[in-house]
Amino acid sequence: MTASRAVREVRDFNEVNRGISAENAVFEALRCLDCVRPTCVTGCPVGIDIPAFVQQVAAGDFAGAVATIKRDNMLPAICGRVCPQESQCEGACILGKNEKPVSIGALERFVADWEREHGMTLPGTAAPSGRRVAVVGSGPAGLTAAAELARFGHAVTVFESLHEAGGVLTYGIPNFRLPKEIVRAEIDQVKRLGVEIRLNHLVGRSVSPDELLSYDAVFLGTGAGLPYFMGIEGENLNGVYSANEFLTRVNLMHADCFPAFDTPVKRGCNVVVVGGGNVAMDAARVARRLGGEVTLVYRRREEDLPARAVEIENARAEGVHIVCCANPVRVVGEKNVQAVECVRMSMCELDESGRPKPSSIEESNFLIEADVFIEAIGQGPNPLLVSMLPQLDRAQRGNVVVDADGQTTLARVYAGGDVATGAATVIWAMGSAKKAAAAIDRILRKE
Amino acid sequence: MYLVEEAAQLADRVFQLWIRAPQVARHARAGQFLIVRAHENGERIPLTISASRGDAVRVIFMAVGKTTGYLSTLKKGDVLSDIVGPLGKPSEIKKYGTVVVIGGGVGIASTPIIAREAKEAGNHVIGICGSRNKDLLILEDEMAAICDELFITTDDGSKGIHGFAASVLEQLLKERKIDCVWIVGPAIMMKVTSNVTRPYGVRTFVSLNPIMVDGTGMCGSCRVTVGGETKFACVDGPEFDAHQVDFDSLMQRQRMYVDEEKASVEHHHHGGCGCCGSEQR
Ligand SMILES: Cc1cc2nc3c(=O)[nH]c(=O)nc-3n(C[C@H](O)[C@H](O)[C@H](O)COP(=O)(O)OP(=O)(O)OC[C@H]3O[C@@H](n4cnc5c(N)ncnc54)[C@H](O)[C@@H]3O)c2cc1C
Ligand SMILES: Cc1cc2nc3c(=O)[nH]c(=O)nc-3n(C[C@H](O)[C@H](O)[C@H](O)COP(=O)(O)OP(=O)(O)OC[C@H]3O[C@@H](n4cnc5c(N)ncnc54)[C@H](O)[C@@H]3O)c2cc1C
Ligand code: FES
Repeated sequence: MTASRAVREVRDFNEVNRGISAENAVFEALRCLDCVRPTCVTGCPVGIDIPAFVQQVAAGDFAGAVATIKRDNMLPAICGRVCPQESQCEGACILGKNEKPVSIGALERFVADWEREHGMTLPGTAAPSGRRVAVVGSGPAGLTAAAELARFGHAVTVFESLHEAGGVLTYGIPNFRLPKEIVRAEIDQVKRLGVEIRLNHLVGRSVSPDELLSYDAVFLGTGAGLPYFMGIEGENLNGVYSANEFLTRVNLMHADCFPAFDTPVKRGCNVVVVGGGNVAMDAARVARRLGGEVTLVYRRREEDLPARAVEIENARAEGVHIVCCANPVRVVGEKNVQAVECVRMSMCELDESGRPKPSSIEESNFLIEADVFIEAIGQGPNPLLVSMLPQLDRAQRGNVVVDADGQTTLARVYAGGDVATGAATVIWAMGSAKKAAAAIDRILRKE
Repeated sequence: MYLVEEAAQLADRVFQLWIRAPQVARHARAGQFLIVRAHENGERIPLTISASRGDAVRVIFMAVGKTTGYLSTLKKGDVLSDIVGPLGKPSEIKKYGTVVVIGGGVGIASTPIIAREAKEAGNHVIGICGSRNKDLLILEDEMAAICDELFITTDDGSKGIHGFAASVLEQLLKERKIDCVWIVGPAIMMKVTSNVTRPYGVRTFVSLNPIMVDGTGMCGSCRVTVGGETKFACVDGPEFDAHQVDFDSLMQRQRMYVDEEKASVEHHHHGGCGCCGSEQR
């Protein structure tokens, strides 16, 4: 895999990882042992027939390979880019025991990109069933449920509150990791299956709960979009953002092109980001591209950083300064942010997650000069709609309770993706949506 | 695409649009707002739903910057890229007894729909419309038709009572029992006016107008401090108990992009987007 540049000064939003060539794809696919009992598939939440598609790539049958993937995954160009393959299919690859695993993600991406250039084909759909299903949210969960249900022959309407479909794929993950024209192309495929996407419809407000429940079945894929704030002093100063707001301004509203686009964003000469996950890395790398000196503060140790290793590497290569074992305690400033006061953390006994518990060291406070402070400390399920459906049981953090089929405690209402699991991954959202779509199809056929 | 069904100028720099948006119009209640993205490069800005009729909603706004300046140039038959709504919680309307609905400046836009619902709930409704001068006053006839009593105030005395809405409110509170008050207007006006009801312990609602992005509770741009807690105005509000609101923090956050806003309008002028006519007025 070739990163477009490992230099410090990145100012554009072009994709960093440029993918692999056709020759390299075939060469890579030929490394596959075509195991009798393939373990890679067990590592895939949507169960793609990985050995089959890899063999097709090895034989140069790229069209066949992408058709194989699309039987189980309608968003291959997206997943090939953002899935944490190292902990899924590639993590389970036998070759990985002694050498590098087959680069399944790069192959998936390659064939999906190849198809987009050579004309996209649609998988088959069943005859119309005459049943109507409503899907709320057009993130990976909603899109997957919609595509599956449409293929089963049901009439699907997706409601999306924003003016563009895609959920986090559109407003959260930046262009340099996931170009928006790719997201749009894959969403177009879902629409071509007959799915109607109604943008600018906030269910719970533009569509009443009763209107929603008038469909034969409902799938909730409303995600985990509620940003948490640290609750520290100075958090409402000008220049303090949630990662969601910062990323939305840039990715969805194109604030990087202000004033040609109308939405502004504080660019910041010195930006401090708090958090250690992929969201924090994305925010830091965007801030870097807007021209700031960027410091990322994380409360645990370097080896505990939850972000993907490749993202940490990219962030560093682009000049993001990572400070571990530190935590912001106050934002300093009068009207605007002037500095972030942090405290050093020491690692104590292991906590429930098996990681050492950080605790602050007294009188270790220090200041980092900053004019923009971005909090990327996690998100919870968006409470708006679920709170309007009181029959829905919710667990601790507000996650909607579902059974193995994605069935909620409300009849005919299913849920999947981040709203049920809490902030997770694209592919887990898709996997749970697929299961729910199959269950919805079963109840609709039984009646 | 959302069709402009009617466009009109109501006062100096104040405009009104009727826009076809069935999913908004059919669900809209007093106190709610919508978010408009005028065109492909546009910003998402919140505007109060001032009335609804069939499949259309009315918004009234003052041309203060790039987006509102652009909206002021629209004519019947033009289209807007995106409208989402109704957003926010509806006003807490019930039978209180005697209620006072106060609008300041362009904030008067929000008052007829509140006054009407309050009236329908069986309240005695007193309206107060305050503006800087008589040329800026809007919706007087509409409010007069809904309210049991209506007071007009102007800062310069060019119409109605010379003075602020707060003074009329103070007088009313002294003279009779007032059960609930709504105040909609600029933050500073809401702060000052709601201080008047505080000693009387009268339930007072204000409609907060922080800077928003999505309006659905996913960014936190609109966070305000109410009773010491952080609330998202777009989903927890926009109406809150006035006596709990930290207005100073609201006003400070409203100024977050003053420099960028200037740059934006300048860019717009030199970009020749056709709205300069309205801005030079
Ligand atoms: C910055 C960032 C980077 C990430 N990077 C990765 C990565 O590299 N790899 C990875 O696998 N995962 C990544 N994730 C996580 C991943 O994006 C999520 O797990 C995934 O998007 C969840 O999908 P979803 O469909 O459940 O929800 P979402 O993608 O959140 O979509 C939910 C959609 O529902 C809409 N909605 C909500 N409420 C309503 C309503 N009432 N009415 C109508 N519409 C509504 C929202 O507007 C949104 O469009 C990242 C997340 C973020 C924030
Ligand atoms: C719930 C709510 C209801 C509102 N209702 C009305 C209304 O009915 N009529 C009306 O004239 N105005 C209303 N406003 C204010 C209106 O949204 C702003 O005037 C508008 O966004 C200005 O945009 P602009 O590009 O023309 O001006 P800009 O040049 O961007 O800014 C001018 C002023 O508007 C404020 N502002 C800028 N962007 C936003 C934003 N995204 N959200 C809120 N304020 C912003 C700025 O703080 C600044 O003071 C409302 C605001 C809120 C939050
Ligand atoms: S405007 Fe984004 S959360 Fe309220």
